[in-house]
Amino acid sequence: MPETLTSSEVVTLTINGQEVSARTDETIMEVAEEQGIRIPALCHISGLSDIGACRLCVVEIQGSPKLQPACVTRVSEGMTVSTHTDRLRAHRRTIVEMLFAERNHVCSVCVSNGHCDLQNLAVECGMQEVTLPYLAPKLQVDASHKRFVMDPNRCVMCTRCVRVCDEIEGAHTWDIMGRGVDSRVITDLGKPWGESDTCTSCGKCVQVCPTGALFEKGVSVAEMTKRRQFLPYLKTMREVPK
Amino acid sequence: MNLDELESTAAREREQCAGQKCRLRVCTGTGCASAGSDRLTEALRQRAKERGLEGEVTVTEVGCLGLCAEGPLVKVDATDTLYQNVTPNLADNVLDSLTGEAAGITVCNEKQPFFTRQNRVVLENAGYIESDRIESYIARDGYRALLHVLAEMSPADVVAAITQSGLRGRGGAGYPTGLKWSTVAKATGPRKYVVCNGDEGDPGAFMDRSVMEDDPHRVLEGMAIAAYAVGANHGYIYVRAEYPRAIKRLKTAISRAERQGLLGSSIAGTSFSFTIDLRVGAGAFVCGEETALIASVQGNRGTPRPRPPYPAMSGLWGCPTLINNVETLGSIAPIIRCGAPWYAGIGTEKSHGTKVFCLTGAIKNTGLIEVPMGITLREIVFDIGGGIPNGGTFKAVQTGGPSGGCIPEKYLDMPVDYESLREVGSIMGSGGMIVMDQTSCMVDVARFFMEFCMSESCGKCIPCRVGTAEMYKLLTRIATGEANMNDLAKLEELCEMVRETSLCGLGQSAPNPVISTLRYFRDEYLAHVNEGVCPAGVCPMNARKGVTTHA
Ligand SMILES: Cc1cc2nc3c(=O)[nH]c(=O)nc-3n(C[C@H](O)[C@H](O)[C@H](O)COP(=O)(O)O)c2cc1C
Ligand code: SF4
Ligand code: SF4
Ligand code: SF4
Ligand code: FES
Ligand code: FES
Repeated sequence: MPETLTSSEVVTLTINGQEVSARTDETIMEVAEEQGIRIPALCHISGLSDIGACRLCVVEIQGSPKLQPACVTRVSEGMTVSTHTDRLRAHRRTIVEMLFAERNHVCSVCVSNGHCDLQNLAVECGMQEVTLPYLAPKLQVDASHKRFVMDPNRCVMCTRCVRVCDEIEGAHTWDIMGRGVDSRVITDLGKPWGESDTCTSCGKCVQVCPTGALFEKGVSVAEMTKRRQFLPYLKTMREVPK
Repeated sequence: MNLDELESTAAREREQCAGQKCRLRVCTGTGCASAGSDRLTEALRQRAKERGLEGEVTVTEVGCLGLCAEGPLVKVDATDTLYQNVTPNLADNVLDSLTGEAAGITVCNEKQPFFTRQNRVVLENAGYIESDRIESYIARDGYRALLHVLAEMSPADVVAAITQSGLRGRGGAGYPTGLKWSTVAKATGPRKYVVCNGDEGDPGAFMDRSVMEDDPHRVLEGMAIAAYAVGANHGYIYVRAEYPRAIKRLKTAISRAERQGLLGSSIAGTSFSFTIDLRVGAGAFVCGEETALIASVQGNRGTPRPRPPYPAMSGLWGCPTLINNVETLGSIAPIIRCGAPWYAGIGTEKSHGTKVFCLTGAIKNTGLIEVPMGITLREIVFDIGGGIPNGGTFKAVQTGGPSGGCIPEKYLDMPVDYESLREVGSIMGSGGMIVMDQTSCMVDVARFFMEFCMSESCGKCIPCRVGTAEMYKLLTRIATGEANMNDLAKLEELCEMVRETSLCGLGQSAPNPVISTLRYFRDEYLAHVNEGVCPAGVCPMNARKGVTTHA
């Protein structure tokens, strides 16, 4: 039994007007999910640590002046949460729009077309057009790895690759370089991926990547569905007490 | 060192100073140093030697005397005169003044409001002590507060005193210091830490730098008292790498204090131990944000993380951690020495004590000032600051740097306190105060700060990473005359969205300069957008060049 169970208590809270019970070690996102409420999310992926970075999952909590990210906010007794107000919907739409404006997403020529988390988010959040000025720098594709390709033009900086590589594979090949809009994910202090000493070619990063930024060579668009089942499984295995 | 030893050290030092026939205190603060005060010190020493005045004249290097605009400044104790604009070639004139009339050098009037309207608490030693000599600090009651606390007060008493003083964090947000201390004191963990935030990243601000350079022991004493109050035995000072002098002086101060038994194990013979390490930051603005600072001290990339948990509960290596700003910690010793009621008596109902500001921009007396809370902006700008030079007219004053806003003339009589500043759309911030006259364009000002936030955004969260770049792009459109009303509407929309959704304070406050200039100077934005003119004549407006004729 995970040790957290012993120290948590059961509380009652309200999500979108509905009373629900939950354990205090659960996040708002987890509890909402149990209730069948899907909160848009991008940096969150079950099985990896949460960093509260993409801000898509922000929710309103009564009495809190600030919006809080549901993926990292634990529930507490009497909490009243709203997950889909007009204000939140508008903000989420803008966040998705920002991602499309930031890099270069020409879906028709992308390997992930049709099974891309970013596309799905656009649909989910009702983003129909990009009204913001495009930033879209031209970035160099890294095809040096024998099996995989990294196309930074499609990267949304969710750092799922960084986390899976560090937390699950234990290789820590990926990291972040630079700041602000100039930040990029890199392999081994900026070496081409193919020359990385640490990469084990396990492909976990490719599987968790939400977009067409990381993909396998020679795989057709139809086959590009990412396989992530290993994550919750590995996580559960690790939580079994030694 | 116990209290008796401290007192005899102080007495010895005071006696020695009184014995010096003629002490020349040369300001070597940031402003005067750039005006050549280092060379002046050399020249004074050299000429004194050549004129056989070696035994009589002592030249000491002290910290910022305040009126940086008129530097280099030299104070002659024997005649109680302050001289201004003393360039190195005027060394002889200073020495001449000791025996006869002062000729060729300008006396600085110390009765002018610039000096008389200030209330120096944190800066009480600036201009008096030599930062590398601990005796110099001790002679001005240094470390008395620490020894008093260790001998007479329980940790809970100290927290109560700080709470009673009404001190609020000077790092920007104004969080009640006593409350923060009591949270850390009550938190449980295997160890606790005290961190001094000396990252000071606001463009144009150098308050914390002055304190660290000119009076480093004050910071150490504040930290030690804080550590005793919250139950910590180890502390870090996080200083940005751009402050090599502060780093050097703090290092010296730490080793001197250790040698005197005022830091280290069994301080003053008690069971209390406290050590301090220095951490040099990599010069990113965001590393001043407390969770990013923690990551940086631990050797990781300096990016913020969501709070809660707050550092008070889970900070350095997951332990309860007290993070305070340099100026906050610099206020602690005087509060203990003079009493919480004294400190609480300065200022307004909700903002107590004094605040250090860096007065810059279109103002006569640029410099470092410390004023009681509640003073009006008008008093700061026109009395202390001496008004706008060159016959200019006041337009706005910017406080809070990239997280703050521009305050127009109609609020000049507003008291300077946390709540009032927030009400008018700015913030107290860490103490930058930029005065602007009619030659400043508010769009340009907003664009300047947005560019700063864009390049300092860590890039972790989308609203700040992309939002600041988008807002900068829109502001650039306005400044070049390419924008239409849709762009302006988009800009306002983004301000709201970035403020509400960003992860840390940098993103949450990045829109403030835009919001406040739009609130008070909307007509300027409209002139850019609708008429294609920059009323102040600052913005390039190249897209419209030749299109408009009425300027
Ligand atoms: C982007 C950003 C930059 C900051 N920079 C500084 C800084 O340079 N110095 C500082 O003392 N506090 C800075 N802060 C505030 C700190 O996070 C923290 O609130 C402060 O150090 C707490 O000390 P105080 O309570 O004594 O003010 C910054 C906050 C943000 C969001
Ligand atoms: S990554 Fe997704 S959104 Fe981006 S181009 Fe590919 S399919 Fe389109
Ligand atoms: S490469 Fe993919 S997984 Fe990695 S940060 Fe970019 S979008 Fe996320
Ligand atoms: S608000 Fe800006 S600086 Fe703060 S975490 Fe987000 S991207 Fe980084
Ligand atoms: S999913 Fe919560 S912030 Fe990204
Ligand atoms: S540096 Fe000399 S007066 Fe400020």
